[in-house]
Amino acid sequence: MARIQIGALRKTYPGARADTLHGIDLSIEDGEMAVLVGPSGCGKSTLLRMIAGLESVTDGEIRIGDRLVNQLEPAERDIAMVFQNYALYPHMTVRGNLEYGLKNRRTPRAEIDARVTEAARVLEIEPFLDRKPQALSGGQRQRVAMGRAIVRKPQAFLFDEPLSNLDARLRGQMRVEIRRLQRRFATTSIYVTHDQLEAMTMADKLVVMNAGRIEQVGSPMDLFETPRSLFVAGFIGAPGMNLLPVEDLRASGADLTGLPGTTSVVGIRPEHLLPDATGAWMALHVTVDAVELVGSETLVHLGAAGLSAPLVLRQPGAARLAPGMPLRVGLPRQHLHCFDAHGLRIAQDSTDPALRELESRLDALR
Amino acid sequence: MIENRRWLDILTHAVLILGVAIVAFPVWVALVASTHPAGSFATGHMPLLPGGHGWDNYSTVLGSGMRGAGSEPLWRMLINSTIMAVLITAGKIAISLTSAYAIVWFRFPLRVVCFWLIFITLMLPVEVRILPTFKVVADFGLLNSWVGLTLPLIASATATFLFRQFFMTLPDELVEAARIDGAGPMKFFRDILLPLSRTNIAALSVILFIYGWVQYLWPTLVTTDPKFYTVVMGIKRMVAVAEADPQWNFVMAAVVLAMLPPVLVVIFMQRLFVKGLIETEK
Repeated sequence: MARIQIGALRKTYPGARADTLHGIDLSIEDGEMAVLVGPSGCGKSTLLRMIAGLESVTDGEIRIGDRLVNQLEPAERDIAMVFQNYALYPHMTVRGNLEYGLKNRRTPRAEIDARVTEAARVLEIEPFLDRKPQALSGGQRQRVAMGRAIVRKPQAFLFDEPLSNLDARLRGQMRVEIRRLQRRFATTSIYVTHDQLEAMTMADKLVVMNAGRIEQVGSPMDLFETPRSLFVAGFIGAPGMNLLPVEDLRASGADLTGLPGTTSVVGIRPEHLLPDATGAWMALHVTVDAVELVGSETLVHLGAAGLSAPLVLRQPGAARLAPGMPLRVGLPRQHLHCFDAHGLRIAQDSTDPALRELESRLDALR
Repeated sequence: MIENRRWLDILTHAVLILGVAIVAFPVWVALVASTHPAGSFATGHMPLLPGGHGWDNYSTVLGSGMRGAGSEPLWRMLINSTIMAVLITAGKIAISLTSAYAIVWFRFPLRVVCFWLIFITLMLPVEVRILPTFKVVADFGLLNSWVGLTLPLIASATATFLFRQFFMTLPDELVEAARIDGAGPMKFFRDILLPLSRTNIAALSVILFIYGWVQYLWPTLVTTDPKFYTVVMGIKRMVAVAEADPQWNFVMAAVVLAMLPPVLVVIFMQRLFVKGLIETEK
């Protein structure tokens, strides 16, 4: 059980022109589940591997608990890691895999047996204890890999995209399972993924990374509701936020009064677009391009003259729309995210409060 | 190939039978000759069916050796050959396992140079460097010794390369998981690498044992003491007796006995051997 603190952490690979990580500051509280998410190459795995001690630190510091661990071997850091391809020892039985780390630490035999039994029970892998990993399915191997981490009772769990090799259904199950186990043991955890759904559902603290920097840190809902930058706005949420350059809006004849003057891009989530906006303050004339019925909801792709990228509208249930239909979609003011020319969020209260008031009344009338 | 025609079946079988016959016939002749009395092979009429002197021939060759040829009894040479082959096998596997381990996972100065030095030895088998090697061995006073007999044959790169290739197929995560589990370099080697290489080691042992067993040139050069004669050398000495016809019945008995150990090794290690060459267990 420990707090993990990372200060001004930099990583430069020998021979590389640019830094892989440019000064990361991050603090993960005791028992918290932090999820690092970002596109491939953003440095999230490097950061995790540096915390694990598998990559050297170029500059800055990593503290686990009260210890500065920069120079410690992975085994001395008291962490356990779960790998994407499980990395089970193929020649050992499941029991052997679970025991190996404990044996190397000279844990007494009785203690080892107790911990292995406990972990096997929690993970429901008791029937497989004497099998080799080869004889197990992907999901079972993943459980064994989890077990190997649990038996050690480490200060922190590190997960490196542990669910990427599983099929979608199993991934959903394991997601819940990992979260349940992490809560149960209340062990500080860092979880790396490129899947924003995993990130949203599992995180206490969501860390969005891009190009070796942290874009934003916060609770998943914080990041969803108030993305600090265009990158976060586009990355969190599926389907992604509609991002409309102001010039496009102007070209399609939308009324832009009341938008902050420095706005360069306007964002709106698919579920906030109003499909039939008679009285909306800002509206666009569009045509339906495609309709995707997902079952519980419908995704409608919309195009319009002057728009460089199509809009996506999300509606619950089955929408009665067909490709080719003209539509007037509304962009409700209170759901707009405005970004400036640097891609940074413009604080929403900089707009006229009177306008917002009016807008919310109009919404209430509909 | 899903061709399924009768004449094709017959043809393929004919080719295979012919091939087997070509390979097996000399062996059969040796077997037959080893069971006939001394003169019958030299008369010009080669018998093709086993005779009745097998027991006599084999016990003479094994027990007392050939009179007049000044040779040791064959059991002695068989033991010598076994010792040599086993030493070469064990030595090669030990040295190539450790060197492949170093090359794949350790970052030391001149690593690439070491790698290429080992690589170059592939092009320099004992036969090519035989004079300098002999000189070195002689200067160290290693003539007529087990060390002199085996050491120069142990240093070679083939096995190192096989192990290197195998090690490189192991996922990095496996090494990292072991590091996190507190396994140092020696522990990793012993607990994880060795068990995983088991089938590879078995397959290589078969090849190397036979390689060691059939060595002829090098043992001939470095041993003058009959105590160290190997069976392959012994056969040569039996044939090259001075002022007499070779006693083919004894020679052939020795040949058959010399063939046995490699055959046994292949038969008993075959399953492991095939497994080691095809299996990719990760």
